[in-house]
Amino acid sequence: MPEDPSLPPLVGVLALQGDVREHRAALEAAGARTAGVRTAAELDEVDALAIPGGESTTLSRLIRAFGLEEPLRRRLAEGLPCLATCAGMILLSRRILDGRPEQLALGALDLDVRRNGYGRQVDSFEAALEVPELGEPAFPGVFIRAPVVERVGEGVTVLARHEGRPVALADGRHLALAFHPEISGDGRFHRHFVEPLCSNSRSAR
Amino acid sequence: MGAGRMSSTENGATTPPGDHVTGGLRVKRGLAEMLKGGVIMDVVDAEQARIAEEAGAVAVMALERVPADIRRDGGVARMSDVGLIREIMAAVTIPVMAKARIGHFVEAAVLESLGIDYVDESEVLTPADEENHIDKWAFKVPFVCGARDLGEALRRIGEGAAMVRTKGEAGTGNVVEAVRHMRAVQGGIRRLGALRSDELMVEAKRLQAPYELVSEIARTGKLPVVNFSAGGIATPADAALMMQLGAEGNFVGSGIFKSEDPLGYAKAIVAATTYHDRPEVIAEVSAGLGKAMRGLDVATLPPEELLATRGW
Repeated sequence: MPEDPSLPPLVGVLALQGDVREHRAALEAAGARTAGVRTAAELDEVDALAIPGGESTTLSRLIRAFGLEEPLRRRLAEGLPCLATCAGMILLSRRILDGRPEQLALGALDLDVRRNGYGRQVDSFEAALEVPELGEPAFPGVFIRAPVVERVGEGVTVLARHEGRPVALADGRHLALAFHPEISGDGRFHRHFVEPLCSNSRSAR
Repeated sequence: MGAGRMSSTENGATTPPGDHVTGGLRVKRGLAEMLKGGVIMDVVDAEQARIAEEAGAVAVMALERVPADIRRDGGVARMSDVGLIREIMAAVTIPVMAKARIGHFVEAAVLESLGIDYVDESEVLTPADEENHIDKWAFKVPFVCGARDLGEALRRIGEGAAMVRTKGEAGTGNVVEAVRHMRAVQGGIRRLGALRSDELMVEAKRLQAPYELVSEIARTGKLPVVNFSAGGIATPADAALMMQLGAEGNFVGSGIFKSEDPLGYAKAIVAATTYHDRPEVIAEVSAGLGKAMRGLDVATLPPEELLATRGW
């Protein structure tokens, strides 16, 4: 928790691999303070967490090799708010299809996802997404070897779909996106994540 | 900050959102953004590809021979066998890259048709064209290219490269050229930041680089694409050194599968890339690894054996 309650919330960005810098920039533009998280001690300091885009197999291995699995499970179970994009969504899900057998699924968000469900890099795409919670204009979705959501659990809300498939999901504490708002130049999803943290941290104090 | 890199629309190259647009600049440059902080490993068969994935590689580079063997065997080095590339693609879930010869746009088109995730237009193979590189804008598949200095990096970006890597001297296990090239690129970027706007055209002329890119970097202080290090990284400490000099990730070729313990080296180099500023972690992962690849003193190589001087 922040040492001074008047400070903006501190959002950790899991900084093992991936587009960490872009998430930090977008979160800071949304009014948060940020810190890279590579150790359990650093994870304990943060008010919320972002898991960036990257390679989910690489993130899995580094999380396990450096003793972060149990601390992550514990903090998520305690209700740590979490923004997860692409590889982050895969890590946060309950079950991973077409992954490697030993791949880590933290299970914090009740989803089943299929890795690279849209295909290889030549199938990576951009699409305008209608997101009622964000209003107009459409959100520029950047999908890079993106996962496909195959099952949405009870209590999980679909915020946006592309060609019928859910691509943005939330359950109150978690916001999981199959695409990359952090490289889209549109800060609305990051603000959507950060703004409740600001009001929560004020009301809690 | 990096977020500005992808939202830049002033050059008109960013694809506007549509219903479902593939092959745009954002997804080409974006895949490289997702590989940042990671290690891309050279592999010559499906078994090595599985080891690389298990060790935490963010991608593999499929090729017939690692650079150390290309250097030893001589002859013309070409795009890898299609059957081999398919086997490697089938063996792993992470992105698979493959090399095409400089200027060989048909090899690149073949790789694109196979569904390869990134094409490396590489000086490690024997060049097919000694004047022109591939027009990379014409492809949906993204390209990575090597560079020894800022001017070379900007010429490749001008041709459509969505990622660059400093060249180093592949297959030597000697990091000295990788250091030289990374310092040249980073120093070139810092120098642009110190110039007045009316000095940028002459600097572009000196660099032999597109003025628009020179002007953009003078303003933003960074390349518009991700820049990895390559060519001579053989130990965890080498990988960490390159990160501290400004690399956004590492390509490791012969350094892994020419070492005594490929899985051990691969895991340790991945960890050292992530924890590059934590010497105690680098020490821990380096303990008991066995011998690194043997390595060559670059200064003793005759000029015709240098790979980095290929590319124009």
